[in-house]
Amino acid sequence: MGFGPNLSANYAEAVSVILFAIGFTNLLLQKNLIKKIIGLNIMDTATYLFLALKGYIQGRVAPIVVDGVQEVEAYINPIPGGLVLTGIVVSVSVSALMLSLTIRLYRRYHTLDLDEISTLLKKEEN
Amino acid sequence: MSKLRDEESYKKTKAYSFFRWYRGEKDPFLGEVEMQAGHPYKDKRTAEELMQEKEAIMDRVYDIGHNKEIKFFKTVYGIISVIFCLALTFVLLLMVSYSPKTGNPGNPNENEVPVRYIENGLQETGAVNIVTGMILDYRAFDTLGESHVLFIATITVFILLRIDKDEKGKEKDREEANDRNYEPKNDAILQVIAVIIVPLIIIFGIYVILNGHLSPGGGFSGGAIIGAGLILYLNAFGFAKTERFFTEKTYKIICFCSLSFYCLAKSYSFFTGANHLESGIPLGTPGAILSSGLILPLNICVGLVVACTMYAFYALFRKGGF
Amino acid sequence: MDLLQNIPFFSILLSLFSGTVTSMVNGKWAKRINAFIITVIMAMSGVLLFYLLGTKESYTFMMGHFPAPWGNEIRAGVLEALMALFFCIIMLLSLIGGREHLEKEIAPSKQNLYYILVNLLLSSLLALIYTNDLFTAYVFVEINTISACGLIMIRQNGHTFEAAVRYMIMSLLGSGLLLLGICILYDCTGHLLMSNIKSSVIIMAATGNYHVPLVVAIAFICVGLAIKSALFPFHSWLPNAYGYSTASSAAILSSLVSKGYIFLLIKICYRVIGWEVILSSKVIHILFLFGLCGMIMGSLSAISENDIRRMIAFSSVAQIGYIYMGIGLGTLEGMTASVYHILSHAATKSLLFIAAVGLTDASGQSKKFIDLTGAAYRNKPAGVAFTVGALSMVGIPGFSGFISKLLFSTACIQNTPYKMLPTLICLGISTILNAIYFMKTVIRIYTPVKSPYDNIPVKKSFRYVGALVCFVILNIVLGMCSTPIVSMIQMGLKMFS
Repeated sequence: MGFGPNLSANYAEAVSVILFAIGFTNLLLQKNLIKKIIGLNIMDTATYLFLALKGYIQGRVAPIVVDGVQEVEAYINPIPGGLVLTGIVVSVSVSALMLSLTIRLYRRYHTLDLDEISTLLKKEEN
Repeated sequence: MSKLRDEESYKKTKAYSFFRWYRGEKDPFLGEVEMQAGHPYKDKRTAEELMQEKEAIMDRVYDIGHNKEIKFFKTVYGIISVIFCLALTFVLLLMVSYSPKTGNPGNPNENEVPVRYIENGLQETGAVNIVTGMILDYRAFDTLGESHVLFIATITVFILLRIDKDEKGKEKDREEANDRNYEPKNDAILQVIAVIIVPLIIIFGIYVILNGHLSPGGGFSGGAIIGAGLILYLNAFGFAKTERFFTEKTYKIICFCSLSFYCLAKSYSFFTGANHLESGIPLGTPGAILSSGLILPLNICVGLVVACTMYAFYALFRKGGF
Repeated sequence: MDLLQNIPFFSILLSLFSGTVTSMVNGKWAKRINAFIITVIMAMSGVLLFYLLGTKESYTFMMGHFPAPWGNEIRAGVLEALMALFFCIIMLLSLIGGREHLEKEIAPSKQNLYYILVNLLLSSLLALIYTNDLFTAYVFVEINTISACGLIMIRQNGHTFEAAVRYMIMSLLGSGLLLLGICILYDCTGHLLMSNIKSSVIIMAATGNYHVPLVVAIAFICVGLAIKSALFPFHSWLPNAYGYSTASSAAILSSLVSKGYIFLLIKICYRVIGWEVILSSKVIHILFLFGLCGMIMGSLSAISENDIRRMIAFSSVAQIGYIYMGIGLGTLEGMTASVYHILSHAATKSLLFIAAVGLTDASGQSKKFIDLTGAAYRNKPAGVAFTVGALSMVGIPGFSGFISKLLFSTACIQNTPYKMLPTLICLGISTILNAIYFMKTVIRIYTPVKSPYDNIPVKKSFRYVGALVCFVILNIVLGMCSTPIVSMIQMGLKMFS
């Protein structure tokens, strides 16, 4: 199956999905917890970039009513903006939780490597 | 030529200290900033022994020195990661190449939903900023959930990082958690800048919150700005000063009041909306600061919660409590 | 509009609000508020169920002053009300059964935080059950994830921290995929409301517009939710999280949190994508395959496990495999069996976790099988309850597990042959493996030997025994009176489409 017709028109989305893939792979496969969290943030930000692009319409301005103009042709789609706003707060909360978990693990085991922590845990048990 | 001063009186002038600083003879921090040496490391083992132990653990975990299989595994792992990433990118690019064109006015998401938001938003919600009107009135349930996400994240950070004051035998934890012990305090430059800039930041944050329905911004962005101001103040003057007006109790009360008001106000509007009753909340003149019904109070609530949460995150990360 | 129709909205908001209130009180009051709220919501859901059985029609509820595509909306039908009622019962019983451990294992100053987590978890579960809007679902999925992570790590030791980190990583991968999937769907359809997306998707499937993005979106949403509910290859966080967290947390996590995601997936299959489009997209076969693998691999891991709590946790992996296998069959019967298995597994697994705690109490807090020998004599109620749970898991007639296995086998016999054979074989193997490890445990706890723990008195509180008795009754009710429940599920599934 070949690529579709809209790849060049959607170059910005292409960038955002590449970033998403990078972030996803980092979150899944990095061993260092901090790098995982960085991957998480790249992934979330890429999704918001993707979403923000979906609201953009060429030649229109941000959806804040100016001079009483209320035609649809004047403003971009407000929905993705609202969704991004919600998403950002979620990602802030999740990053804070992950970072505090990392702090606790680091204080206890003095390492950021998850596999090493598992090994130390097994050692602790025996 | 002016009269030459004698050396004694010259030493008292500002010019003398300036030129001394310029020539590099004087350290401006010495004697001005309170420096505190870090606590000596309690562990009796030396750094080398610790390094050796760490290496031994690393050896046991990865065994790079001896085990060729593990080295091979690591290489394969890297290659597979890259392949995985490329495959995911390929699928996503394929998806992008078939999706609607960016910026094209006739896309599927240009349907009746944004039309009503834009054309009737001002009359139905009273908010000039359509996005604010959308998230706090049309789709308020999402936003209610979102502020609870923030709340529950603070609760989990509390669980992880708060060190209780009344528990005994926790002094060591407190010492360890408080990384302010290891940095210079009362930095004159930071304090002077903070005195000038913190009020401005906080006033700007309040402006952004109060104008959330009129201009870009709103509770979340304004709250984050105020939180940044509080964090700067904390960095300049230390916990002793901030704890005079902001403790865990303050945090709890502010959060409780804002979130309950939010919950109750929105319950009222959901209930009246679903049962087709009049809500009876005046929308005011669009564009005035006291307009758009519940949006302004809700923005203030959200702003307070976000500001306190940002500060609480920082304080918990730095000291394990506040 | 009938006043009773406000119940879904009221129960979600009540539990959210109680979470905020709980932050202001101490542990004791938090416990009371929590029990009170769950009981109230349980009663309300029961009333709603009866009301809906009477009207035989689902309804949507406007969250605000604006109708469907503009405002948020929630929706209630028979299946939703049944799930809400059932989840409340399980949550209440798990909390009561594990209360002594909870008070022992969590620092007194952090107990009220535990109940905040539970309240918000309940509200997010209810929102996932009732929601009719995809983005609302995403927001509450995040609340669910964060509070579940809190439930794991509130008992603070190295194992739970490690498990919590692993859980968060897997969950965040799932959420990322889910969010991107929702964005793509929004891009192609222009809606976030489930019913509107469905009508657009049907048009898209008919005209062939945006076929690739649609398939990618379906795949991302399904895989994201499968990762979050610990389907077989993504289950690495599960054994430690269930094995080392406090007993109530383990029971709630295994029986409610993962089930909430599965229910959302079922809802998305029916209400967002539409069953025909899902079937034609082939994504469902992947879930089917993973489900089959999970059934076998989970049981195999459970056999080789030497720790009773971790063994039950691995058994959960196998049971989640059953549920996905049922979804993957792609028929109404398979789906009914899956939904029934959600109920039966929730009732049984929480019973097993609570009973296992009693057994370990009687064996000096050791979870190793060697110390558990004869534990059923030292703690008789826990022994009996564990046996009931084990029999139900194996599928002995009279208990709930039997009915779900019966439903699964009838569903797969009616299916096409190339899905029927592997399913039947896997069901058989998995049942035998189940029997091996559960019967091994039951025989061990009933082996009469002298043990160093014989003379240590075990405190059996009234609450603990009461919770166990209720769980056993629930199991037997599910096993004996399955016909009305199955017909309710079928009615609810019909209301979906």
